Amino acid sequence: METTTHHEDLHRDDTASKLGMWLFIFTEILLFGGMFIVYSVYRYKNPVAFHIAHEELSIPMGFINTVILLISSATVAISISSIQKGDRKLTIRMLVVTLLLALTFLINKYFEWGAKFEHGMYPGSDLMANLSHGDMLFFSLYFFMTGLHAVHIIVGMILLGVSLYKVQKGLVHSTRFALLENSGLYWHLVDLIWIFLFPLFYLIH
Amino acid sequence: MSENNHHISSYKDHLLVLLILIFLTVITVAITSIELGPFNTAAAMLIASVKAAVVLLYFMHLKFDHKIYRITVGIVLAIYAAVIVVTFFDYFYR
Amino acid sequence: MAEHTEHKHEPNYLEYQGKYKGLLGWLTSTDHKRIGLMYFYAMMTFFLSGVVMGLLMKLELIAPGEQLMGAQTYNGLFTVHGLTMIFLFVIPGVAAVFGNLFLPIMIGAKDVSFPRLNLFSWYLYMIGAMVVLGSQFIGDGPPDTGWTFYAPYSLKTNTNVVFAVTGAFILGFSSILTGLNFIVTMHRLRAPGMGWMRMPLFCWTLYGTGWIQLLATPVVGITFLMVVAERTLGIGFFDPALGGDPILYQHLFWIYSHPAVYIMILPAMGAITEIVITFSRKTVFGYTAMVISSMAIAFVGYFVWGHHMYTSGMSSTARWVFSFITFLVAIPSAIKVFNWTATLYKGSINLQTPFFWAIGFIFVFMIGGFSGLVLGSLATDIHVHDTAFVVAHFHYIVFGGTGFAFFAALHYWYPKIYGKVYNGKVANIGLVIFFTGFNLLYFPMFVLGIMGMPRRYYDYLPMFHTPNIISTVGSWILAIGLIIVIVNLLRARKGSGKEIDNPWDGRTLEWSIASPPIVENFEEVPTVDHEAYDYK
Ligand code: HEM
Ligand SMILES: [Cu+2]
Repeated sequence: METTTHHEDLHRDDTASKLGMWLFIFTEILLFGGMFIVYSVYRYKNPVAFHIAHEELSIPMGFINTVILLISSATVAISISSIQKGDRKLTIRMLVVTLLLALTFLINKYFEWGAKFEHGMYPGSDLMANLSHGDMLFFSLYFFMTGLHAVHIIVGMILLGVSLYKVQKGLVHSTRFALLENSGLYWHLVDLIWIFLFPLFYLIH
Repeated sequence: MSENNHHISSYKDHLLVLLILIFLTVITVAITSIELGPFNTAAAMLIASVKAAVVLLYFMHLKFDHKIYRITVGIVLAIYAAVIVVTFFDYFYR
Repeated sequence: MAEHTEHKHEPNYLEYQGKYKGLLGWLTSTDHKRIGLMYFYAMMTFFLSGVVMGLLMKLELIAPGEQLMGAQTYNGLFTVHGLTMIFLFVIPGVAAVFGNLFLPIMIGAKDVSFPRLNLFSWYLYMIGAMVVLGSQFIGDGPPDTGWTFYAPYSLKTNTNVVFAVTGAFILGFSSILTGLNFIVTMHRLRAPGMGWMRMPLFCWTLYGTGWIQLLATPVVGITFLMVVAERTLGIGFFDPALGGDPILYQHLFWIYSHPAVYIMILPAMGAITEIVITFSRKTVFGYTAMVISSMAIAFVGYFVWGHHMYTSGMSSTARWVFSFITFLVAIPSAIKVFNWTATLYKGSINLQTPFFWAIGFIFVFMIGGFSGLVLGSLATDIHVHDTAFVVAHFHYIVFGGTGFAFFAALHYWYPKIYGKVYNGKVANIGLVIFFTGFNLLYFPMFVLGIMGMPRRYYDYLPMFHTPNIISTVGSWILAIGLIIVIVNLLRARKGSGKEIDNPWDGRTLEWSIASPPIVENFEEVPTVDHEAYDYK
C-alpha cells in the first residue's frame, strides 16, 4: 500500500477499499474503547458491587454465545478462502451458516435480556432505579454495551447478507471479492469485541 | 495490486484456529472459577488478549498482509492503551 | 509546465453539465471540488450566523445589568454560538473546504479514493447541522449547557440537550469519514513520482488530521450516546446521584476535544505553510522537520486533555502529568513558527493579500499560544480558569488561528477556485480593519480575566465596565472589516476578472493546471520528477 501503482480502472481499487475498512475498524475499536474506559473506571471504583451484580448473569449462556461467535468467525474466514479458490458453492454455504449462527446469537440474547426484563430489570424500570450505585452502573453498562454490540451484529449481518446476494449473482467471485473480504473483516471485529465483553461481564471474580 | 496474488489460508488452518480459540475460552472460564485473587482478572484479560491476537493475525489475515497493516494496528492499540494509562493517573491517585 | 492551458472546450468544474442541471447537478456531484465548495457555502452561512450571535452577546455585555436579554437567553446564545463555531465551522473548517478542493490536485489525482462517500459526508454534515440548530426551535427550548455539555448539568437541565448532542454525534461521523477518505487517497492516489516526501506540506497536515479524526472522534461519539441514553432511558453513567462520576465525562469529552483543537489547527498551519513558501519564493526551510512536527503534534496532542480539568477535582498526580505533557506539545508548534520564519529569511517576499493574512495569523496565533502556556501551567491556570482570560485565549487560537488561516487560504486559492482575481487593495484594507477590531475585541478580555471577570455570564460588576466597552466597540470594527472582505470577494466573483492560471508563481501542482480546473483536474496524469517547492 505504499507503492503507487497506477490503475487504468479508476473506479476499482481493492487495496483502497480494504485500507478504508481497516481505518473504519480503528474507529470502531475506539468507539468501544471509550466504553471500556468507562467500564474499567467504574469497576475499579466499585469492585464488590460489580462482583455481586455479575452473578445475575448466566455463564453458560455467555459461553455458548462466545462459541457461536467464534464458529461464525471461522465460517466467514472459510468463505473468504473458498471464494478465492473459486468454490462458489462452499462460499454460499458458509455464508448461510454464518448468518444462521448470527441469528442464533441474537435469539440467545433475546432470551437473556428477556429474562432480565421479566424480573423487572430493564433501563428505566423501578427496580433498576432503586439499585445501589455499583449495581446501577454495572447493569447500565451491561445493557448499553451488549446492546450496542448487538447493533453491530445486525450491521454485520446486513453486510454479509449483501455479500451473499452478490456471490449468488456472480458479482462477487474469485478475482473480485473485496466486498466479501471487507464484510468478513467487519464480522471479525464484532467477534473481537465480544471476546472482551464476555470475561468482563460474565466472569468477574 | 499486490492483494490479488496473495496467500490464501487453507480450510484446515481456519478450523485449527477455531479449536485453539474455543480451547482458550474454556480455559478462561475454568481459571475464573478458581480463587486467584487479583490474578483472576489479569489472567482473564491476558487470555482475551491472546485470543484477540489470534483473531487479528489469522482470521483477519494480518499475518499474511503487508506489514504496514500490522504496524498501524499496533500503533492504534498502543495509543489506546496509553490513553487508559493516562486516565488512570487520575483514578489511582485520587 | 505552467503555461496557460488552451483547452477551452473542456468545461471547467463550475460550468460542467452532468446528468442533472443547476442546483441538482451540484447536490448530486461527487466531484471533490464541487463538494469542497458546497462545504464552503454552508460553512460561511453558519459562520456568519455565529458572528451575529457573538455580536449580540457583546452588545449585551456593553454595560453591566440587563441590556437586551436575560440570563437564560444569554446562556442559550453562548451555547449555540459555541456549537456553531466549533462543530460547524472550525472542526470541518480548512480540511473540508480546502482539503477537498485541493488535496487530490496537489498529489496529482483526479479525485479522492471514495467520491461517493465524500458526498455522503457532506450530507451527514448538513443533517448534523440541521439537528444541532433544530435544537433551538423544537422541544423544550435551546440548550443552555455550553458547547461542552458537562455532566451532571447536561443530564438535569430541561432544555433540548438530546437534540444538540445527537447532532454533534452525526457531525462526528461526517468528520471521521472525511478523514478516512483523505488518508486512503494519500496512500493510493499519489501520481507517479509523487513520493511521500514530495507531498506538499498541506497534504501532510491533512494526513495527521485524518488520523486524529479517526482515533479521537469515536470517543466523544460514544460519550454523547451515553448522555442520550442517560437522559432518555434513565440509566446511570455520569450522574453522581446514580453512582456515576461526572469527572469521567470530562475525561472522555476532552480525550476528543483536545485533539479536536489539532483537527482545527493542523490544516490551518498547513495552508499557512503553503502561503509562506509561495510568497517567499523560496524552498521551505526544513521540509522533514515540518512533516515530523505535524505528526508529532497529532500524536502528543492525544495525551494532554487533562489540562482542561485542573480545577475539576482530578488527582494531583494527574494534574502535574498533564501539565508536563502539555508543555511538550509546545515544541513541535514552535518548530513550525521557527521554520516559517527561516523560510522568510532571505526570501524575495511578494507582499500581497494572502501573505498579509498569513502574517496576521502568525501574530495572533503566537499571542494565543503564549496565553496557552499561562493556562497550561497548573498554578496560573487556577487563577484564571473559567474567566474571560480563557475566552480571549481560545478566540486567539481558534478564531485567530483557524479563522485567519481560513481567510488566508481563501485569498490564496481564490483565483484558482473561481478563475477570477479580486481587488487586492480593498482586500488589504478589509484585513487591516478586521485585524484591528479583532485585537480590540479580544485583548481586553485577557485583562478582564486577570481582574477576575468570570465567563458565561450576561452580567458583570461595574469594575469591569471600561474594558468591556472597548471590547464591544472592537466587535463592531471587526464586523466592518469582515463585511469589506466578503463584499470584495463577492464582487470579484461577479466581475469579469482575467483568468490567470498561476498568479503567485506557486510550485505545487494545483498551479500547473487551468483556473478554474477542468472536471478531471489534469488533461493527463502528471508525472512528478522533482521535490516539493522547486524554486531555483
Ligand atoms: C465576531 C466574532 C465573535 C464574537 C464577537 C464572539 C464573542 C463571544 C462571546 C461574547 C462569547 C461568550 C463568552 C462568555 O460569556 O463566556 C463567546 C464564546 C465562545 N466563542 Fe465566540 N465570538 C466570535 C467568534 C468566534 C469564533 C470564530 C469561534 C470559533 C472558531 C468562537 C468560539 C467560541 C466558543 C467555543 C465559545 C464558548 C461557548 C461556551 O462557553 O460554551 N467564537 N464568543
Ligand atoms: Cu486542550
